[in-house]
Amino acid sequence: MTVWADLVGQDAAIETLSRAARAARAVVDGESVEPGAMTHAWLFTGPPGSGRSVAARAFAAALQCPDGGCGVCAACHTTLGGTHADVRFVVPEGLSISVSEMRALVLRAASSPTQGRWQVLLVEDADRLTEAAGNALLKAVEEPPARTVFLLCTPSTHPDDISVTIRSRCRVVTLRQPPAEAVAEVLVRRDGIPPNVATWAASAAQGHVGRARHLARDPQAQSRREAVLAVPRRLTGVGACFDAANALIEAAESEAAASTSAVDAKEKAALETALGAGGTGKGAAGAARGTKGQITDLERRQKTRATRSQRDALDRALVDLAGFYRDALVSSVGAPVAPVHADVAGQSAAAARRWSPESTLRRLEAVLECRAAIDANVKPRIAVEAMMLALWRG
Amino acid sequence: MSRPRHPWHDGAMADRNAVHLVLGDEELLAARAVGDLVAAARAAEPDAELRQYMAGELVAGELAEMLSPSLFGGARVLVLRSGQDAKKDVIAALLAYAKSPDDDVTLIVQHVGGAKGKALSDGLKSAGAKVATVPKISRPRERVDFVTSEVRRLGGKAGDAAAEALIAAVGNDLRELASACSQLVADTDGNIDVRTVSRYYKGRAEVSGFNVADAALVGDVSGALEALRWALHIGVDPVPIADAIADGVRTVARVASAGRGSAYQIAGNLGMPPWKVERAQRQARGWTPDALVDAMQAAAECNAAVKGGSDDRAYALERAVFAVAAARQGGGAR
Ligand SMILES: [Zn+2]
Repeated sequence: MTVWADLVGQDAAIETLSRAARAARAVVDGESVEPGAMTHAWLFTGPPGSGRSVAARAFAAALQCPDGGCGVCAACHTTLGGTHADVRFVVPEGLSISVSEMRALVLRAASSPTQGRWQVLLVEDADRLTEAAGNALLKAVEEPPARTVFLLCTPSTHPDDISVTIRSRCRVVTLRQPPAEAVAEVLVRRDGIPPNVATWAASAAQGHVGRARHLARDPQAQSRREAVLAVPRRLTGVGACFDAANALIEAAESEAAASTSAVDAKEKAALETALGAGGTGKGAAGAARGTKGQITDLERRQKTRATRSQRDALDRALVDLAGFYRDALVSSVGAPVAPVHADVAGQSAAAARRWSPESTLRRLEAVLECRAAIDANVKPRIAVEAMMLALWRG
Repeated sequence: MSRPRHPWHDGAMADRNAVHLVLGDEELLAARAVGDLVAAARAAEPDAELRQYMAGELVAGELAEMLSPSLFGGARVLVLRSGQDAKKDVIAALLAYAKSPDDDVTLIVQHVGGAKGKALSDGLKSAGAKVATVPKISRPRERVDFVTSEVRRLGGKAGDAAAEALIAAVGNDLRELASACSQLVADTDGNIDVRTVSRYYKGRAEVSGFNVADAALVGDVSGALEALRWALHIGVDPVPIADAIADGVRTVARVASAGRGSAYQIAGNLGMPPWKVERAQRQARGWTPDALVDAMQAAAECNAAVKGGSDDRAYALERAVFAVAAARQGGGAR
């Protein structure tokens, strides 16, 4: 089983990456390769769940593997497991990478590979780098050391996601949304999820592998999804719209809090320990002032992450909701396509009979506009309220 | 010798040889009632000697001396503040005195009411003291009335809208409200409207946004645009203004769809302060559900525009004002 096995439904990308890995091996072996056959900077783009970071990781393994990504050797294992000495992962997550951290990473990536092949710096969510950290990265990407490879992942090549200058230095690998069957197949094969659950979850997750896995395993994720899918029939009037908006926002907040609060506390405790909080003696007052600054800084970054995490949770809910209206639309025009939410297909079909196709389409657009609005920084509550009202009126 | 009386303030009229009890815990109003009584007593007897004590610091001996008939006859005004703190023997002495007050003495006892020192307040009442009760101001309506009457008292004029704007800017503290009223009356011709308030409290973005939303929601386009231009002119950021517009539409929509019921019930159900509910109930007239959908849409678009999507954020706000007012006018696009 090669390193590409978990890259679901991405044949074109796998082809490109394997060819580059072969060229990279030739470079390591001292053979001459055509200019451009191997590139030092790669940009992996694609919708959430399409496997950007999976692809980047697999490619990193293929670069380190003597066999171009056999999937079984030590180099493949350590790379995929995140412990290879020459592969560094950067996962900004909202706790943004500071400029100095980024400089250190870049410096490290410039050193010679300890295993004699490549130094790889893999930045997941490169769209979440701060501008300053991005600039530090840009300098390295502009003049890459001979044996260094940068792998960046962003949702798209839009300037909001990645600076135009970095983008212009990168070779772009575009991943597509994998088909549900391919996702279900991975869930069964790799995660041992029963086929019927895998099929349902893959369809409900609309091609998002991680989300499908989460949905198949986590009862809370299942009940959150049920609550979202109940929204259309709850919208009985203006007041109900605001209640539904409030419920959706609060669910996103508590989901985000559940995922971040434990990490927050751990990070803060670690920082306090590192700073020796409560110290006395000479210079303790000055140290305390510096300490306070660092803790404030950590709290600020954690707040950013919490906000981001709320928006992500809200976006997942909106994607579920969009699926419902998409199913209604499919049903109203009689298209021979499988529903996203097979388990509530009866409800979406019933809704489709009540609504005109035009108003169903307007509803679907309202959900998509809400996602775009939140992405454009509109206050989530305002965007969701406007959407609920539009969904009610149709 | 007859002197003019304040016809509007009978409760606070001071008669000579009277015992007065000012009861209630609205501190500003209590202090004013005491002040009025002292003024009246001294108006009646300009040479009267005024002594003031915190009741809790007074000992019975001092009190007896103050209340005993004077050899030289001079009139005296004795003010005891925080009567609820008075010690037992002081209370006993006061109650004994209240049954047969001295002709030359005006005794004014201020008491917050309530359980503490109830023996004194009850005892003075049954001894026939003249009671002036100062109302507790807690309801939004009462606070608005306080501001309008306060301005009137100072010789100015202010409507409910201006009063609400002032409360939104200054907060609920009566002393601060009173001093804001006196500043506004002193610095203007006394005619205080929403714009006057905005001008004085320009630093407070929420007031500016509130004014814009408020006018837009009742269909007062020119008022809303004026408030908007003013807010932008004095440098208020567009984002809180856009938020205020959305909040205004949201509040009207939620209150309008909450059905009938008192402002307090609705406030409880919606988790909103009652004054907000009352205001929204007034503003909700003329709105249909469809119109509210359009208005909320406009508010969301405006929010997107001022968050950076638009080159001209002022224009985006103006458009939202027009859209909200037009939605109300048209009763909804579809
Ligand atoms: Zn291998």
